[in-house]
Amino acid sequence: MTDANTNFLDSDTVPLSLHGPAPDRVVVGYGFWLFLLSDILIFASLFAAYAVLSGETAGGPNGAMLFDKKHVFVETACLLTSSFTCGLGALAVRQFRITGVYVWMIVTLFLGLTFLTLEITEFDSMIVAGNGPSRSAFLSAFFALVGTHGIHVAAGLFWLIIMVLQIMTLGLTPMVRRRLFCLGLFWHALDIVWVGVITIVYLGAH
Amino acid sequence: MDNHSEAQGLPPGTNEESGASLRSYLIGFGIAIVLTLASFWVSSTNTIYAPGVPILLGVLAIAQMGIHLVFFLHISSAPDQTNNFLALAFGVFITALIVFGSMIIMADLNHQMMPMDKLMDMQR
Repeated sequence: MTDANTNFLDSDTVPLSLHGPAPDRVVVGYGFWLFLLSDILIFASLFAAYAVLSGETAGGPNGAMLFDKKHVFVETACLLTSSFTCGLGALAVRQFRITGVYVWMIVTLFLGLTFLTLEITEFDSMIVAGNGPSRSAFLSAFFALVGTHGIHVAAGLFWLIIMVLQIMTLGLTPMVRRRLFCLGLFWHALDIVWVGVITIVYLGAH
Repeated sequence: MDNHSEAQGLPPGTNEESGASLRSYLIGFGIAIVLTLASFWVSSTNTIYAPGVPILLGVLAIAQMGIHLVFFLHISSAPDQTNNFLALAFGVFITALIVFGSMIIMADLNHQMMPMDKLMDMQR
């Protein structure tokens, strides 16, 4: 590639429409971004349901009685750090540092599994105590919202394991790198949803 | 890097993930930690005037989401990001419409509805 070409394409005097077809990663990124936004609309509906129903406890326990902030803090720390390590993994992919890719992906996997284990423990203790999703409208909305997020995290971890296997078998081909890029977007988007969950469900409990 | 992008048939001059660097991830992670700690502190302290707590939590959450978008998802107003940015704006608009619309409508219905005990009396 020559510098003249780079300057031509990067120059502001040439309109974007004359740059020719967008590279695959831009197109793939845009498509996946649209998927993520539609996924966030699912969460918006569940958040709306929770906001409307959070006071309808039907004589059962409310959020302030059920939620343990320390527990939630550890969960948040795991997910936030996993988002960071996922980003470091993306950097390693970009620089073709294969050991770095494996290390950061496995750290991300470990943190994600810890998060999921903590969440399942929390759900289990609530259900055992008789506060399952059928107890009240508030708890139905709670399990629907937080459970959907948990399912997304589980799907993300499953995808992460598949990507590790694909790197082992296929190497960092352009296709695998685009998939890793999408996985990174998915993981960061889940962290954004979790910020909404802790603020509205756990910290906003009264 | 150059021979890789040519092997993919990408147009020359197409840099990967402009804006993603160790620096941006470190800054994003640092600010996110501070905002998370602030949220947990705000929710458990008595220092802050109680009716202001939900507003403060909301502000911290929106800031946190913005930090994630900019430093982790690398959304920017760069020319090749215009489509992503517009899609995000539309997503935020619809999300706000669903959440706040539901809350306003349900609160209004709640307000207009006859109290449950009177409704029970009428049905007798």
